[in-house]
Amino acid sequence: MSEVKRSLLEAVNLALHRAMAEDENVLVLGEDVGINGGVFRATAGLRDSYGFKRVIDTPLAETMIAGLAVGMAAQGLKPVMEIQFLGFIYAAMEHLVSHASRLRNRTRGRLSCPLVVRSPMGAGIRAPEHHSESTEALFAHIPGLRVVIPSSPARAYGLLLAAIDDPDPVVFLEPTRLYRMNPQPLADNGQRLPLDCCFTLREGSDLTLISWGASVVETLQAAERLAEQGVSAEVIDVATIKPLDLATLEASVRKTGHCVIVHEAPRSGGIGAEIAASLYERVLLDLQAPIQRVTAPDIPPPLYRLEPLYIPGVEDILAACDLVLHYA
Amino acid sequence: MPHLPIDLPFTRYLDAAGQVVRELPAWAADGQLLVRLYRQMVLTRLFDQKAVALQRTGRIGTYAPTLGQEAIGVAIGSLMQPRDVLVPYYRDTAVQLLRGVSMREIFLYWGGDERGSAYASPAAAEDFPLCVPIATQALHACGVATAFKVRGEHRVAVTTCGDGATSKGDFLEALNVAGAWQLPVLFVVNNNQWAISTPRRIQSGAPSLAQKAIGAGFAGEQVDGNDIIAVYDRLQVALERARQGKGPHLLECISYRLGDHTTADDATRYRSAEEVKQAWLAEPIRRLQRYLADQGLWDEQQEQALITECQAQLQEAVDGFEQTPAQDWSSVLEHVYAQWPAALAEQREWLAERAARAAGGEHE
Ligand SMILES: Cc1ncc(C[n+]2csc(CCOP(=O)(O)OP(=O)(O)O)c2C)c(N)n1
Ligand SMILES: [Mg+2]
Repeated sequence: MSEVKRSLLEAVNLALHRAMAEDENVLVLGEDVGINGGVFRATAGLRDSYGFKRVIDTPLAETMIAGLAVGMAAQGLKPVMEIQFLGFIYAAMEHLVSHASRLRNRTRGRLSCPLVVRSPMGAGIRAPEHHSESTEALFAHIPGLRVVIPSSPARAYGLLLAAIDDPDPVVFLEPTRLYRMNPQPLADNGQRLPLDCCFTLREGSDLTLISWGASVVETLQAAERLAEQGVSAEVIDVATIKPLDLATLEASVRKTGHCVIVHEAPRSGGIGAEIAASLYERVLLDLQAPIQRVTAPDIPPPLYRLEPLYIPGVEDILAACDLVLHYA
Repeated sequence: MPHLPIDLPFTRYLDAAGQVVRELPAWAADGQLLVRLYRQMVLTRLFDQKAVALQRTGRIGTYAPTLGQEAIGVAIGSLMQPRDVLVPYYRDTAVQLLRGVSMREIFLYWGGDERGSAYASPAAAEDFPLCVPIATQALHACGVATAFKVRGEHRVAVTTCGDGATSKGDFLEALNVAGAWQLPVLFVVNNNQWAISTPRRIQSGAPSLAQKAIGAGFAGEQVDGNDIIAVYDRLQVALERARQGKGPHLLECISYRLGDHTTADDATRYRSAEEVKQAWLAEPIRRLQRYLADQGLWDEQQEQALITECQAQLQEAVDGFEQTPAQDWSSVLEHVYAQWPAALAEQREWLAERAARAAGGEHE
C-alpha cells in the first residue's frame, strides 16, 4: 500500500472514511461537518461518500449533540460527534459526565455508550477567544471516560480507529497546532494502534521527557538539542492520558532517574500532577532529582499577541532539564 | 415544513429598491435622523472593509464581518440609552461603534489584545464584551435585567444573537425566564440565514424564530432587517415597553450574511454565488440611500464627502492601533484575579523567566 505524506488533519479524515466504510453503524454528527466538511475539513468528503443520514449537520446546540450521541450509542450505533472547538464543549459536559461515562455502570452492563467525541484543542493558531483551551484534565477526571490525544499523523489515524472500535466513550482531542504541520508518510491500511498505551518516540538513558499533544513537538526539539550537548533523553508521548500507562513511564524513569513533564494545559490540576504523583509513589528512590513540570501558567489562554508566553517553548523545557540534570 | 397557525407581524417600510411600501412612521419625517442613520451604516461598512483588509495583511486575527447586516446594529446602537446595557455577540461592530467603543479598541480585540474589551467609553462601561460561546450571552442579559428589576431601575438589557444561536438551550432558557419574570430584556435575533455552513431551514422546524417567544409567554415579531426604518421603529416600541416594566420582547431581523462567516471561512464551499448575488439586491445601505436621494436629502457630492471623512477617521484609528505598544508580559496575570494570589507567586517568577527567554534576555 502506498505511503502518501499526510498531515494529522488528513489522517483524521482518512480514519473517519475508513471507519465509516468498515462499519455502517458509524455515523458522524456535529456543526458544519456535512456540506462544509468541518471548519478544519476533518470531515471533508464524508457526506458525499456516506450520505446525509450518516453524516449529520445538526442544529447549533452542543447539549443536544452530546445527548443525541448517548441515545444513539445506547442503540448500538457508533456516533462520532464533533465539537467544533474544545472551548465549546461545556454545554455537552452534563451528558458526558452524568450519562456517557456511566451508562454501562448504572445498568450493570445492560446498556453501554460507545461514542467518540472529537474536538480540536490547544493554542498557537492565532485563534479568537475560547478557541485555544487545553482542558483535557477535566475529562480525565471522570471515571468511565477515555481521553486520547494524538501527536502525529500516524497516531491520529491508528488511535482514532481504535477509539471508534472501543466499546466505551472516548474523548479524542486533536491539537490544532499540529493539524497541518509536518505531513508524514501514512498508509491507509486500517491498522489500529493500542489505546491506554504510551509511545516511546526516542530512547535515551539520562533523562525522561514526558509529554502529549502539541507539546510533543517542542519536547522532541528539546531532546535533539540535549543530544547535541551529549545528553541522552528518552521522549514519551503519553497519547492516552486516561487511563495512564504507568508501567511504561515508570520503567523509563527508573532507567534514567530524571524526569521532566511538559504540557500545554495550565499547571494546577493538570495531568502532569497526576503523572508526577504516580511516579513518586513508584520510583521515589530511583529519582536523582525532583520531577519538574513545564506547563502553561494558571491563566486563561491570552489572546494571540501574548499567546507565545502561554505555550511551553523549547527553551523552557531545556531550562527544566538543566535544573533536573544538575540537581545536587 | 408544516405551517402552524401562528401569524406574527412582519414589518417593512422600504423595499429593496428604496420604495415606500407602507405609510412611514411619524418619526421618519425627521430627515436629519435618517441621514444620521445612513451615515452610520456607511461608516460601519467602511470599518468592516478595513478590518477585513487588516486581517488579510496579517495585522489582525480572525474577524467576523457585519457586511449586509448594518441596519440592525445601527438601529440598536442609535436607540439604546447610555444607561441601558448591551450584551452582544461577536457580529456587533455596528452597535459597538455607537456605544462609543473606539475603532482602535475594536481593532485591538480582533488583533489579539485584551485591551480591546476594556472600553473607555462611559456608555459602554457596563456593557458585556463580545460573546463567543454561542447564545450564552442571552442568559447574562436576563441576569442584568433581573438586577434592573430588583433595584427598580428603568433600564433595559439588550442582547443580540444569530439565527443559529436560537437552537441552543441557553437561548430558550433565557426566553423562558424572561417571560416568567417579565424582565426588561430585549432579544434581537440577527437572522442572517446562515450559521457558518448551516442554513436557517436546518436550524429549526419553526416557521419563524420570533415565535419562540410565544412559547415563553411574550411577544415576538419579524422585521425586514435590511430596512433600517422598520428595525428602528419596532425596536423603539419594544425598548420603551421594556423600560416601562411591560416585559421582554423578541425582534427577529431578517437579513443576510453577505460575507464569509469570518475571515477564516470560505462560504463558496456551501452556498451558491447566485444566492449571494440575489441577496446583494436587498442590502440595507443602497435602499436607504435611494430613499434619501428621492427625498432630496442626499446626493453624490455628500456621498463622496462622507466617504472621504470616514476614510480619514479609519486611517487615524488604524494608526492609533498600530502605534499601541504591546502589553507587558505581566499583563497576562494582572486580571485573572483581583490580585494575583500570593500562593501563585512562584508562577509569576517563572513566567518572568519565560518572558525573558522569549525576548532573548532583553527583560530582567
Ligand atoms: C457554543 C458554541 N458552539 C460553536 C461555536 C462555533 N461557532 C461560531 S459562530 C457559529 C455559527 C453561529 O451562527 P449564528 O448564531 O447564526 O450567528 P452568525 O455567526 O450567523 O451571526 C458557530 C457554530 C461557538 N462559537 N459557540
Ligand atoms: Mg446566522
